[in-house]
Amino acid sequence: MRFMLLFSRQGKLRLQKWYTATAERDKKKMVRELMQVVLARKPKMCSFLEWRDLKIVYKRYASLYFCCAVEEQDNELITLEVIHRFVELLDKYFGSVCELDIIFNFEKAYFILDEFLMGGEIQDTSKKSVLKAIEQADLLQEVYDYF
Amino acid sequence: MALKIVKGSIDRMFDKNLQDLVRGIRNHKEDEAKYISTCIDEIKQELKQDNIAVKANAVCKLTYLQMLGYDVSWAAFNIVEVMSSSKFTYKVSCSQLQLQSVDAVLITTIINSVSLPLVTQDLSSPNQYDTGVALTGLSCFVTPDLARDLASDIMTLMSHTKPYIRKKAVLIMYKVFLKYPESLRPAFPRLKEKLEDPDPGVQSAAVNVICELARRNPKNYLSLAPLFFKLMTSSTNNWVLIKIIKLFGALTPLEPRLGKKLIEPLTNLIHRALDLLYGMVSKKNLMEIVKKLMLHVDKAEGTTYRDELLTKIIDICSQSNYQYITNFEWYISILVELTRLEGTRHGHLIASQMLDVAIRVKAIRVFAVAQMATLLDNGHLLTGNMQRNGICEVLYAAAWICGEFSEHLEDPMQTLEAMLRPKVATLPGHIQAVYVQNAAKLFATVLRKQEGTTDSLAAQETSQLLIDRLPLFVQSANLEVQERASCILQLVKYIQKLQQKEVEVAEEVTALFAGELNPVAPKAQKKVPVPDGLDLDAWINEPPSESESEDEKPKAIFTKEEPKHTRPRHTEVDEKELARRREARKQEQANNPFYIKTSPSSQKVYQDQPGVEHIPVVQIDLSVPLKVPGMPMSDQYLKLEEERRQKERSERKKKEKKKKREKHGRGRRADSGPESEEDITPAHHVDIVTEEMPENALPSDDDDKDPNDPHKALDIDLDKYVYDVQGNLQDGSQVVVSVIFENKTDHFLKSMEFNVLDSLNSKLQRPEGSSPHDGLAVPFQLPPGVSNEARFVFSVQSIVMPQKLKGTLTFIVKTEDASTHEKLDFKLHFTCTSYLITTPCYSDAYAKLLESGELKSSSLKLEGVIMPFHHLLARICFHHHFSVVERIDSCASMYSRSIQGHHVCLLVKTSNQTVSIDAKCDEPSLLGNVLDEIKHTFSQC
Repeated sequence: MRFMLLFSRQGKLRLQKWYTATAERDKKKMVRELMQVVLARKPKMCSFLEWRDLKIVYKRYASLYFCCAVEEQDNELITLEVIHRFVELLDKYFGSVCELDIIFNFEKAYFILDEFLMGGEIQDTSKKSVLKAIEQADLLQEVYDYF
Repeated sequence: MALKIVKGSIDRMFDKNLQDLVRGIRNHKEDEAKYISTCIDEIKQELKQDNIAVKANAVCKLTYLQMLGYDVSWAAFNIVEVMSSSKFTYKVSCSQLQLQSVDAVLITTIINSVSLPLVTQDLSSPNQYDTGVALTGLSCFVTPDLARDLASDIMTLMSHTKPYIRKKAVLIMYKVFLKYPESLRPAFPRLKEKLEDPDPGVQSAAVNVICELARRNPKNYLSLAPLFFKLMTSSTNNWVLIKIIKLFGALTPLEPRLGKKLIEPLTNLIHRALDLLYGMVSKKNLMEIVKKLMLHVDKAEGTTYRDELLTKIIDICSQSNYQYITNFEWYISILVELTRLEGTRHGHLIASQMLDVAIRVKAIRVFAVAQMATLLDNGHLLTGNMQRNGICEVLYAAAWICGEFSEHLEDPMQTLEAMLRPKVATLPGHIQAVYVQNAAKLFATVLRKQEGTTDSLAAQETSQLLIDRLPLFVQSANLEVQERASCILQLVKYIQKLQQKEVEVAEEVTALFAGELNPVAPKAQKKVPVPDGLDLDAWINEPPSESESEDEKPKAIFTKEEPKHTRPRHTEVDEKELARRREARKQEQANNPFYIKTSPSSQKVYQDQPGVEHIPVVQIDLSVPLKVPGMPMSDQYLKLEEERRQKERSERKKKEKKKKREKHGRGRRADSGPESEEDITPAHHVDIVTEEMPENALPSDDDDKDPNDPHKALDIDLDKYVYDVQGNLQDGSQVVVSVIFENKTDHFLKSMEFNVLDSLNSKLQRPEGSSPHDGLAVPFQLPPGVSNEARFVFSVQSIVMPQKLKGTLTFIVKTEDASTHEKLDFKLHFTCTSYLITTPCYSDAYAKLLESGELKSSSLKLEGVIMPFHHLLARICFHHHFSVVERIDSCASMYSRSIQGHHVCLLVKTSNQTVSIDAKCDEPSLLGNVLDEIKHTFSQC
């Protein structure tokens, strides 16, 4: 996976994770362009599209678009599953997650993503173990904050 | 060390934090660039300091600047440095930033030289999560140099005791390989080991990495095929399976033998997918799904797989009583299409579906009959390959449907002709039998049609056709066919004789097959009421003697129960009679399309239990619709009633809501001042006049109840007061207390003096020159029954804690003859909420504020809150001076600011009576107190 973006229907970027080094300017351009493309699509349209030399897999959950860019040989369906699993993780962690959770606890959203994906590859498919790792990290942070 | 930290945090107070930066940028709209360049200079200064907290603060500000589009790559060095701090949060934010700033090629060398020792230090940290963060961070900014230097370290981590580290290490190796391919050779054996790691997470990580590697160069990984094969057959993790299959996809072109081995596990997987389909269908997508499956059926190569697909299609369509089928014509066409499959074993399945649908869906019969007639007409196509039997079973159904519903046939004569072709004799016996029987039915229909016209010859010709063709079946080796054919042949001969005498026979012939066959619901038997006075358990005749039943075979239990259902003389019939009946019944069964024929094995069992065998089957003619209602009628009424009630309830609720909203709206208008205005002057303060007090105004009840209260003794309800504490926006250290005095006595009150015992933190502002113990004169007098308001200004230093101030009010009560000096004690409660000021905040600014990472978080859970969500929000807004930033369904973000500029952010969520509030604030103790106060507010309702 090249990168993952979360943005709202209004075109506000909520989370971005790049798995390949990209120049800042390019990133901005790509994000802007991609958001335009994805937001213009109708709800019944396919979740996959070819964009530049990449394949874009996106899915809308309520007001949030989860958008992944994968390479030519990657499987779109599993990418869709990855997105869904990430959403499930968020949902489990925050408890009926919504966009506000991601704004409010954006660092947690990054934690979860980092525990789930690493370098663009799935790190652990088990929801339980991902959430366990996050809980542990939370605990650790609390301890630090305490001192 | 501790001293240093303290010193550092004091230093920090003078630094600009992120909020200041954001605020500053917004205030310098005209010369933003200039402002930012000064800020950057400051940041550079901060980065030069020792204190890691200062640096972290600087880095946070950099994050914001970078977000605005400023280049911060010059700070990469320091970012890496902050990353080495022991604080977990810093690290994570840094690894985020690191990734974003790494693109500048210029600085990679700096990173290499600096981050190496830092990262290495983290990698060997005793804390697994530190190491984990280091690895996560590293995964984002691996450079060839880093990869080279760290490869061996990471390799060691691959055998870490903690699976958490192992899986991260395995995954990061992929990135390392990409940047530094030389590391692949030494690392590979260990990576291979990880494929069999006991931890599934590590295992799937290893599969992932190897699959990704193999995609680029499959040849080198052929040797792993057996291992993957084992994994594929043993693993239950779908994610891993998909990856492995993709890998095999890359490997099979190189090793053709692999393909054969894969067939079985792959079909297993496909079956699993098919099972999923079963649950996926709905009315909307059924046709689409079946269409796709039909395509696969056409393409499928192996018969087993094709048969599997076929059964799945039928299963999917027929599930829960054809619930998802909206168009039965479509379904019949699908079934007919399926008959074109060569060599399927599931002819009988298709046949039973055809019968089922044709019988149960009356409206479809015309269409079904037409389709079946075509099938019969093309029967020779289906019978082409008899060895594989299978599909010719559908002719059984086709013949029966055409015969039974022959009135719908367009050209019965042609169908009759088709059913009596010599080729039919090659069909299996039971099918021939149905052909013969239904040919007779068709004959009846044809006769009726032909006799209606004046052409009597045609009718005779039809009879002649039967007389010519039936002898072929009379010679059949199958007893059933033979018997039926000869019976019908004689009948037709007799009819022909009558026809020759010009007697109209059609009516009588049709009468032979009169009566419609109705489907019987599985539960139909149960629903037949037991007639009054019938005791099913009572013996009808004398019970057979004990010895008799003992003489019987061990299966006596069955015969004992038997009299319940049958007349006792059945037990007395001899074997011959039994055999005869059995035969008769079989014949009956053959005629009955609903009867599932017993398989040979079960028949054997039956022979051992003659008792069961000859229980007469009673056909119950119940007109049952396609869907058997699951509930008795009364239940349905109950359901309707319930729905109606619910509707009423919800309407009532709506009304209530409306009322409440109105009430609330009014309340707000009366109570709140123009809070959103920037320059609130003390004159605009919220005045609370009514007895409905907000929760932040807590009159000191306990003092009123004091038994030593002089007014109690006097038995005069002297006066009462209500107060409101309000912060002053313009001065971060001032609050204004508005007090409303109401005289409830019958006497005149004058010379009121308000005094408060100052605390270190909060002081009443007195006119210059007065001593700190002097009281303030209330600038009015109170006639009986009158109320008035006075304001007092307090200066406050710290606002993070709530405060209680003790005070006294002295006054003179003037009666007609005398005046007495009186005193009233009270307490002023300065809640933390009263230091908050409703401040609007836009969601963008809000998001940026949270992104700063400066805020401490805390949370609160409220159980059993039954008010609607918008009431809850309104309550928080009203009582605690928050404003809603954004609301999505049952989740809302809220914001407020203290008079000293603390940001307080809330995320309120509700789900069945539980409200969770996540809160963030730059001042933890203020936050804690505000949350306590919110909790208190809701505990009172």
